[in-house]
Order: sequence, then C-alpha cells, then structure tokens
Amino acid sequence: MTRRGRPSTSWIVPLGLGAVCALLAIGSLRSSLFAQQTVSGLANGGIYASLAVALVLIYRATEVINFAQGAIATFTTYVAWQLMQWGLSYWPAFACTLGIAFGGGFVLELVAIRPVERRGSVLSVVIAAIGLLILVEGSIGWIWGNEVKFMPTPFPAHIYTVGGVAFSRQDLSTIAISLVAVLVLWLFFQFTKVGLAMRAAAVRPDAARLVGVRVSWMLSLGWGLAAALGAVAGMMAAASPSVLLQPSMMDGILIYAFAAAVVGGLESAAGAVVAALLIGVLLNLVTTYVHFVGPALQLPVAFVIMLVVLLVKPSGLFGRTRVRRV
Amino acid sequence: MAALLELEDVDARYGPVQALRSVTLAVEAGEIVAILGANGAGKTTTLRAISGTVRRTGRLELAGRSLARTRPEGAARRGIAHVPEGRGTFAELTVWENLRLGAHVRHGSLKADARRVFRYFPWLEERRSQQAGTLSGGEQQMLALARAFMQRPRLMLLDEPSLGLAPIVVAEIFRILRELNAGEGTALLLVEQNARTSLSLAARAYVLEVGAVAFSGTSAELSSHGSIRRSYLGY
Repeated sequence: MTRRGRPSTSWIVPLGLGAVCALLAIGSLRSSLFAQQTVSGLANGGIYASLAVALVLIYRATEVINFAQGAIATFTTYVAWQLMQWGLSYWPAFACTLGIAFGGGFVLELVAIRPVERRGSVLSVVIAAIGLLILVEGSIGWIWGNEVKFMPTPFPAHIYTVGGVAFSRQDLSTIAISLVAVLVLWLFFQFTKVGLAMRAAAVRPDAARLVGVRVSWMLSLGWGLAAALGAVAGMMAAASPSVLLQPSMMDGILIYAFAAAVVGGLESAAGAVVAALLIGVLLNLVTTYVHFVGPALQLPVAFVIMLVVLLVKPSGLFGRTRVRRV
Repeated sequence: MAALLELEDVDARYGPVQALRSVTLAVEAGEIVAILGANGAGKTTTLRAISGTVRRTGRLELAGRSLARTRPEGAARRGIAHVPEGRGTFAELTVWENLRLGAHVRHGSLKADARRVFRYFPWLEERRSQQAGTLSGGEQQMLALARAFMQRPRLMLLDEPSLGLAPIVVAEIFRILRELNAGEGTALLLVEQNARTSLSLAARAYVLEVGAVAFSGTSAELSSHGSIRRSYLGY
C-alpha cells in the first residue's frame, strides 16, 4: 500500500540488503569466527524461513496468522521420531512425515478451521487457531509425554574446511534443505495449474470461483502444504544439537518466524525468506560479539530488528505495493 | 428443441431483499441476447442467478440439465463463463497467468487455445508477462473476455463490458464480441446500460423492471417500441 505525499522509499530495501550482504562478506573474509557464526546463523535462518513461509502461505489465503503452525510442526517432528522408533531409517521417516503432515494439515483445515470460517469473522479463525495450538501441544504431551526425546540426526558430525574456516555439515545441510523446500514450493506455485489456482483463490476468491477453481479445497491444500513445510522446519530444528525435542520445541522458533514474516511484508514469501535469514544471522552475530546479550536477550533483539524495519518501511521489506489502475 | 439456457420462474434474494421475481428467459445456442433495464432492476442478479453466485429458486437449465444445485465452480465446468462487472481480472497476476486460469476447467495443452485467443486479441501475446493490474481499463476488459474465451464456454455472461470505457474502446470490444460469436459460436448473454449499442449487437433482448421481465422481443421490435425507446434508449 503506497501512501500519497510520502517520498518513495523503494531504494532503501535493496541498498540496505546490499550493505548487509557486503558487511557479512567482508567480515567472513577477515575472521573465521565471523564466517562460522554467519553460516550457523544462516542455518537457523533457514529453519525460521521454512516456518515463516508456512505462515505467509496461510496468511495470504485467509489473512490469519496461524498461531498453531509451530505446534503442528512439533507434532509432525514427534511423528518422525516415532517412525524412527518403529525402525524406519531417517530419510524414509522424513519422507513419510512430510506426507503425514500434508494430510494432517489438510484435515485440520477441513475439521477445525472451515466450519469456523464459514460463519465467522477473521477473529473467530484466530481464536480457532489458538485453540488448535493448545490442543496440538496438549496432545503431544498426552501421546508422547513431556520429557525430552533425542532425535537422531541424519548428518554425521563432519566438518568441512574451506580456506581455514570450518563449517559443520549439519549447518550446511540445514541451509540446503530449507532452501530447497521453499524453492520447490515456489516452483509449484509458479508453474503448476493447482499452484496458480491456489494463488488466484488467495487474491480473489470470488473471481476464482467463476473460472471454476474450488476455493475451499485450495484453502485445505494450503494448510496441507504449510504443515509439510513446518514439518521440514521441525525436523531440521530437532536435528540441531542446540534444540531439544519437547512439546514446546518450536515456540521460540515460531516467534522468530513470525518476526521474519512480518518484516518480510506478511504477503511475500521471498520477503519472509530474506528476513528469516537476516534474523538468523544477526541474532547469531549479536550473541557472539555483544557479550551482554546472552541467549536470554535474543528475543528482544529480534523484536528490535522487527521494530526498526517496520518504522522505516511499514509494509515490510517486500510488502507489495498494490499496482492498480482505475 | 430446447434452448441452450432456460430460466423459468426464477426468484433470487439477497437476505430479506427479493431481487428477482419469477424471471423467465431463454438463450439459444450461438445466440446473442441482451438484458436491459434501469439500475437495480435485477440485470446483474440475473447473471449471478445463472452462475450460482446468488441464492435462487426456480427452474434453471443449461442444455436440458438443471443448474439449480450448481455452484459457481460447477457452472464454469458446465460451460458457463461469467465475466462479472468490474472485470474479475486478477490484477496481481500476469496476463498469461490470467489466461491460464481461464482454462482452469479444461484439460490438455493450452497452446492451441492461446493461439486462437491471440487471433482476436493480438496485443495480448507480446504483453503476456505484464501484471494485469497495470493494464488500462479497456485492456483489462479485453483480458477478461480473452480469459473467459480460454474456457471455451458454450455461454458467456457479460456484465456491463462497456462500463467506464471510452466510446472508441467500447466499439472495439463490441466488434470483438461479434467476431467471437460468429467465429466460435459462443452464445452471449449481455447486461448493458448502453441499450442502443447492445440492441445493435443482440438478436433479442429482455427488459427488466424491479426484478421482473417487463418486455421481451427482437431487437428490432424493442427499438421501435415507443415507451421502451423513451425509457431506455433516450430518443
């Protein structure tokens, strides 16, 4: 949304992003600690990005932030853990979990959201989502108990050394998998008939119905895809040595993902990805170099970033300015 | 031989407000029919009743099969393309994506259909990756028609295609509509404020007054009818 009478700020975002990338590159070349922290920040950012894109996906279709997204991701991670307990090896369990998450998300929309949405306002959907959060988190504890589980990691503790800087295979794989997941989703939306129909249903449901798109199915499909993406985030998070598999595993991550989605402009998946990576890197660097910021202060730092971006550019980094001629 | 579209005693309401009262009309295959009437007479509602975007009762049939339980998604699948007022283009999507959406209910390759559409709207081809919202009003209306045509409908419902457009653009649009009808045999049911232009295009017309059909007849009959001329044609 552009506001009349305000100077254009379109140059700020590319310039700012360029400056940040340049700083990160220079820092990484000069200090190996800086380079390591940047890469492991990108890995965290990749996890935030998957979850943030899931939030954007549902926001675009229903204008609601799905507060249950993190809990659903945790639930699906437990499903993966359970499959491995039953003897599946990691990658088959990973693939099965994606399928189960997709089906589960689809059914959740059908059962929990659609009846509320049909007769209610956006607010009632928000409340349904919060109810879902409580329900899903509760059922994790009920099914699997509240004690911490140990999730096997698919990445052997291997270190790659490039130019004297050591990168863990864990971090690099997490970045790659998250970005591939987001990329696959993007390709789906750009190039398939169903993807296009989902976009049409999100922007103009009435017009989409008139060309024959079954809009309500598109919403369920969106929940399914979001849940699958959340499952990627959950499994990547649980594979990281710093995150423990417990019912509240994704709570913190959901907040960073939410910050990323807002900073990115809420309607833009690309914006959410860029913002998530930035948040991941900045948080990591700040905790490394600014000594009074321990893990306890990471969350406030994330909010400061969010606040600054929204003050400079209220529609978010990639918030779409709607172009429309009358 | 049954008509392509038949409405008999169709009522429609928005909440407590009754918008249509036992409307009866028919469109033959390949025919151009206009619906005329003042603002609020129920012209748009008639189209919406056909495509199922408003709650309605009565007998509605397309090619002998009932439409009464068909919702908009289903109507599109049955071969009805509804171009709503305000065009219904997806402003956020590109021209080509709009055209792809038009073919949503169809299967197979779009290439042949696209080639046919570009015959009628040659300028669309070179602007296929342009965002639809940046087109001018007339271009958006043409894109809406092109998109509806991608659906290969048996019946097109057109709601005020001339609304807000310059006379020269309106003339162009009506020329293309005539071509589409002649070349593809698509039946058109046209709602218009612009009565004179639509009677020149349509073979027959219905005149609605407060939700009911007040007159119907061939365009020639209606143009020569004294009170209709005074009320709707203004000469």
